[in-house]
Amino acid sequence: MKRTFILFTILALMIGIAATGAQAADAKDPIGVVTIKKGEPVHIAYWFVVAGENASLGTDTKRGVEIAIEDVGGKLLGHPIKLSGQDTGCNAEGGQAAATKLASDPTIIAAIGSNCSSEAKPGAPILWKAGITTVSPSNTAPYLTDPARGPEYEGYLRTAHNDKIQGAVAAQFAIKKLGVKKAATIHDGSVYAEQLQAVFAETFKKMGGTITSQEAVSTGSTDMRPVLTKIATGKPEFIYYPIFIAEGGHITRQAKEVAGLEKVSLMGADGIFSPDFYKAAGETAIGMYHSSPDFSAFAAGYKDFLAKHQKKYGEKPLAPFHAHAYDAAMMVLKAIEKVAVKGKDGSLTIGRKALRDALYATKGLKGLTGNITCNKLGDCADPRIAVYQTTADNVKKLEMPDKPFWKPY
Amino acid sequence: MLERLRERITPTDIVMWMIGGSLLVMIIWGSAATLLAGLYTPRHWLDFVIFGLAQGSVYALIAMGYTMVYGVLRMINFAHSEVFMSGPYTAYYVAAAFYRSGLLESHPVLCLLAIFMVSMFISSMIAFLLEKIAYRPLRNAPRLIPLITAIGASFFLQYVFRGLYGSGFQAYPVVKMLEGHWTFIGIRILRFQAVVIVAAALLLAALYSFIQMTRVGKAIRAVSEDKEAAYLMGIDVDKMISTTFIIGGMAAGAAGAFYGIMFKQVHFFMGFIPGIKAFTAAVLGGIGNIPGAMLGGIFLGLIESVGPSLFLDGLGIVAPYQLKDAIAFTMLVLVLIFRPTGILGERLAVKKA
Repeated sequence: MKRTFILFTILALMIGIAATGAQAADAKDPIGVVTIKKGEPVHIAYWFVVAGENASLGTDTKRGVEIAIEDVGGKLLGHPIKLSGQDTGCNAEGGQAAATKLASDPTIIAAIGSNCSSEAKPGAPILWKAGITTVSPSNTAPYLTDPARGPEYEGYLRTAHNDKIQGAVAAQFAIKKLGVKKAATIHDGSVYAEQLQAVFAETFKKMGGTITSQEAVSTGSTDMRPVLTKIATGKPEFIYYPIFIAEGGHITRQAKEVAGLEKVSLMGADGIFSPDFYKAAGETAIGMYHSSPDFSAFAAGYKDFLAKHQKKYGEKPLAPFHAHAYDAAMMVLKAIEKVAVKGKDGSLTIGRKALRDALYATKGLKGLTGNITCNKLGDCADPRIAVYQTTADNVKKLEMPDKPFWKPY
Repeated sequence: MLERLRERITPTDIVMWMIGGSLLVMIIWGSAATLLAGLYTPRHWLDFVIFGLAQGSVYALIAMGYTMVYGVLRMINFAHSEVFMSGPYTAYYVAAAFYRSGLLESHPVLCLLAIFMVSMFISSMIAFLLEKIAYRPLRNAPRLIPLITAIGASFFLQYVFRGLYGSGFQAYPVVKMLEGHWTFIGIRILRFQAVVIVAAALLLAALYSFIQMTRVGKAIRAVSEDKEAAYLMGIDVDKMISTTFIIGGMAAGAAGAFYGIMFKQVHFFMGFIPGIKAFTAAVLGGIGNIPGAMLGGIFLGLIESVGPSLFLDGLGIVAPYQLKDAIAFTMLVLVLIFRPTGILGERLAVKKA
């Protein structure tokens, strides 16, 4: 009897302590807190497309994050950093599934991702509902940081450029450098491609050019010759197709086969700026253009980063967003450092709202891609977009060109 | 007469006919508007038709497998799209080896034949094993069970190949001989499309005459008419079913090799969309009917290529090629409304009803 009584007392005491502890912590942050006990890791998650046709995009950004963690010594405030992740598949369903999985893990402090804008559109609100702030290294669709995006995107930021800039640069390039007057665009119905080609078309028209047609293909389709024949009826001199690797490869291969398009200039965007795209398009990619971040304008630390990348993975980067991912990870780590409250027992307490606010308050952070300063809507990039041209050597060695062909500035 | 007709027509029929009718009106209106606008020259239309024929012959070959299996087993082999994928994905490694060794440059015809054979062999073996391991034990189970098994087998095969060859895609090497185009009597045709169309036509003809004229073909037809009677007549039903799977697999493997030549990219998920399209083609033509599957495949390929421009351009719909798949499935709906048995399916439906 006595023993049971003691047991109950201890149990009650324990519950009481836990309850007061939780209450005290909750009171500090309107959304909730994460408490990391002594020796437990600081858990950060990525949601990238690390499998499938577009795996190069996700692998590239994942490596950026890994190098960033290594650069801080794998530790934050005396706690080891744990990185886990989910594959997103570069589509809305995959983004939703990955975000739901991450949201169910209460130990996750912040997320880095997603890669494709279509993933972020359903995914970011799911994460924010669970109090997880996410920083994307490669979402570029304007909608995600548009004033009309709604409060469910409040926990969303990005270090990638906004496509309002990329689309405009591509249009300037076509008109100023190539001197073309008639252009056509192709998108695949994804948020990224649709908005990017729309910005391109708008700027192109404003600068005095004519858009002969704005076509679309469905993801997974392989026979692009009919749609290209339709485009050929408008006799464009230039085709801009900011889509993804599989469909982009088919268009590049098939464009020159269609009567009337033999001399047309082809241009893609950062989504297909990858050695995997060269694999998909083969020699037909020679001479085509890509709009993508200007590596030559990156900060001095970028060279170091490339050396580390080469050493760690034995190859050059696979896509354009490794540096943005590195910066995103640094941003997250710095913000955690700022808001984490150290307990006497060696624990860390991190308020979710406080972390989100700290991330939005990032100002003048010296990143690889430039100075990172976030605006009210979560656009943090310091975007410099350049145009690259693919040479025969690039295709042969499966390497992206590293020197810009043209810059708008 | 009228009385009897009224009794037979249900309200559902009327609604279906109304849907079908309005779709038809839209199609005719759209086509007329497009043709009147005169944006496309006859040469463009000819190009659309050739592209459609090339794509359609791939669908037709895959559809053969669906329809033949349905004929003998009365089941939809949903794993057939993976049978289609397995051949060209494996043959890619042969193609890449030929390319690296320079053989593809010096002996392109031999290499192409070898790639073709490997693709057909692997696909037919996968189909054979699939039947033996996954479907035969369930031969007498209720109809739904093999269907679910087929879906499971489909996932299994997909992920086995993902595990074997990776989740990324591989690109077929370019065969120089097949690049560029030929011009016949003023008609410009891409070389590999010409090769694919001719080779597929020959294969389809060979398959059809095999089914119609040989003893084995006759036995397969007997099994598909009545398994028990065929058994009583001394036909080895199991063997005939295996043969059916092997033939269907060969057709799919050939289709896969054509696909590799035409589109270059292969990956573990590549079978899904062509598989669904070929299944649609088989239903369009009348499932269980072999010439029907061929016709359905060609028809679907043509509709996908010509349809968006012809039907939707005139209606002022932007970016019509995004709706390519919608058009293909609308065609299926239309055919099923007006001819529930498919284009050539009537005879069969009467016999088996």
